[in-house]
Amino acid sequence: MSENHNEIDQHTGVETTGHEWDGIKELNNPAPRWWLIILLLTIIWSIGYWVVYPAWPTLSGDGERGGTAGTFGWTQYDQLKESQAEIVARKAAYMERFEGASFDEIKADPSLYAFAVAGGKSAFGDNCATCHGTGGQGAAGYPNLNDDDWLWGGDVTAIHETILYGIRSPHDYTRLSEMPAFADMLSDEEVEQITDYVLHFTTDATYTPEGQQAYVDNCAICHGDDGLGMRDFGAPNLADAIWFYGSDKGDIMSQIRRPKHGVMPAWEARLDANTIRQLAIYVHSLGGGEE
Amino acid sequence: MTDSAAPIKFFEKKERVFPKRVWGKYRKIKWAVMIATLGIYYLAPFLRWDRGPHAPDQAILIDMPARRAYFFFIDIWPQEVYYLTGILILSAVALFFVTSLFGRVWCGYACPQTVWTDLFVWVERIVQGDRAARMRLKKAPWSFDKLWKMTATHSLWLVIGLLTGGAWVFYFNDAPTLLEQILHLDVPVGVLSWIVALTVSTYVMAGFAREQVCMYMCPYSRFQSAMFDKDTLIITYDEDRGEPRGKHKKGESWDDRGHCIDCTACVQVCPTGIDIREGLQMECIACGLCVDACNNIMDKLELPHGLIRYDTTNNIEDRREGVPEKSIHTHILRPRTFWYTAIMMVVGGVMLFGLMNRAPLELHVLHDRNPLFVQLSDGTIRNGYNVNVLNKTYEDRTYRLRVEGVEGATLRVQGAGAVDADALHIFADKVGHFRVFVTAPKQNVPREDIIFTVEEVATGGGEEAAASETYTSIFVSRQP
Repeated sequence: MSENHNEIDQHTGVETTGHEWDGIKELNNPAPRWWLIILLLTIIWSIGYWVVYPAWPTLSGDGERGGTAGTFGWTQYDQLKESQAEIVARKAAYMERFEGASFDEIKADPSLYAFAVAGGKSAFGDNCATCHGTGGQGAAGYPNLNDDDWLWGGDVTAIHETILYGIRSPHDYTRLSEMPAFADMLSDEEVEQITDYVLHFTTDATYTPEGQQAYVDNCAICHGDDGLGMRDFGAPNLADAIWFYGSDKGDIMSQIRRPKHGVMPAWEARLDANTIRQLAIYVHSLGGGEE
Repeated sequence: MTDSAAPIKFFEKKERVFPKRVWGKYRKIKWAVMIATLGIYYLAPFLRWDRGPHAPDQAILIDMPARRAYFFFIDIWPQEVYYLTGILILSAVALFFVTSLFGRVWCGYACPQTVWTDLFVWVERIVQGDRAARMRLKKAPWSFDKLWKMTATHSLWLVIGLLTGGAWVFYFNDAPTLLEQILHLDVPVGVLSWIVALTVSTYVMAGFAREQVCMYMCPYSRFQSAMFDKDTLIITYDEDRGEPRGKHKKGESWDDRGHCIDCTACVQVCPTGIDIREGLQMECIACGLCVDACNNIMDKLELPHGLIRYDTTNNIEDRREGVPEKSIHTHILRPRTFWYTAIMMVVGGVMLFGLMNRAPLELHVLHDRNPLFVQLSDGTIRNGYNVNVLNKTYEDRTYRLRVEGVEGATLRVQGAGAVDADALHIFADKVGHFRVFVTAPKQNVPREDIIFTVEEVATGGGEEAAASETYTSIFVSRQP
């Protein structure tokens, strides 16, 4: 700073700070003092945060936190627990009614139904979406839950039972079906003839009388003469537009020779009863649910 | 300042302004505007407006929990918040418009900061006396007299602040109910915190910060100078007439001297503490009190009014160049006033059109993304939709939902109990959410438009035409 730092600028009549760059001098228009005071007050106020809230990491660690805990003892984890408790309390009002209501009663009550669908959707995303997809759309080998084709029944009670006990699961009440591997019993030619006959249910494929006979002898006992399947055995309907393991001739032949058998776990021991009931209603609500 | 080596100051102590009482035309206008604006502010929430049994009867209400804003016959839903954008554009352009014509009259007359400061200064004067008395009292040592006067002033300020904060919350709650709660000291915590916050901020802003708000906080006061041109009305001091200034004794000649007698009346009444004779300044809020003060002095001196007055830079220059007084007039029609008017008319027109054509019924359809479509066992295709029907009337209504545009499409509404697409009940002022499935034979194209129509089912009367709305969504048959 130069000696004459109280110099007055000729054009504006304002004092300069004495700072000069390339002949341009900085004017001194002082900020109001209260502005400075407020700045200082906010700094002092911020010190309060250090005291009452967790603020400083410590090398030794204060308990498990590894930092100063603050006099309020506030943690984000406690806050989360509080919010969760709030949600549980809010749900409790519905849960009590839900627990005592039958599926039919729930389906007739708009608020309970909405509660069940919302809860089911959330549980579905956590537990079922891994295989069935987030929208329940399934994939090859994992059934689409949106459609109206049900291997084991599509009313809420049947869906509930499937979720509870699973399919080919270790549970005692599991739904169980097993199509034999016909590669051990039939020749490739017979398999192809049967495939042609199966395809004729849904397409204009031609078949031989041998193929029809082989189907009646080997397949009709479970899948029915008309290929309509049988839910008691979990035998799929072969005469509809929905194919679990693919609709190509090759897919069908391979399924006859060495059938794949998917497994669904039993959820009885993994989820609580109410969640499973909510799941059943949610899956039923996806569009293909039967009455 | 001299060039002595006094330490440089980066922060400045605030000089308290003690505006002197003044009478006159502009003071009267300021009182009138204050009474009108504060009157509207305090009383408006108590106006009633009948909307039937299903909606609040408060004329002006922002109902946060129910997500509705009411303004007399206007009712805004959250998705119509663009009306707020329109109001903000109108307000901004109206400010530009007024500023380009009349200068900072908003600041001088209508700005809440000015109005409440004026009110607080009035309280100060009633309790402590006029300018000189107030300055004396400030310097005086503490005494009983000073103590009670200060206590009374600050108590009255706090009461005004409390009323201000109290009035604010009435716009967000049913005013009579809340008033009763307040009188019974049974105020909800959220409401109470707003009242306290606004009480304190009114007290601080109007009692202490005052002109500092205009000088250091307010962005409008700064950018309004960008709206000025030479035809803008500003507060002017007629230098040609006033200078050279000097004390004047009764009976002395006015020859060879200016009309300004350097009485500083204009400085003493100024609420921002400036000397207008130094020319237009950033601090000037164009309130015109110095005009009143100077005119009163001119009356005593038997000189014409207008040494300090509202005038334009162009007029001053014209006068200086000897243009006859008669041909001097303010230019109202200028490109910028034209454009501001045009913008206001367009925005106002669009808003008015929107409000007048506001449908009492709205339909929104969201096609499922996952899965896009579902293959059913009989070969048909099903698509799922989330359909929202907005019943913006104040009565419970029944609607019918249909689809068109897809060959052989049938529609089913999924929900609790037996939901009938021909009779969807929606309560007054509510949104109906429906899960809808549309089933159709497999179409030739992967995806085509499907038109949803919702129409009101006439219930008896039938005096009004049944409202209907359409929404075009898609129907997907297969992967593209």
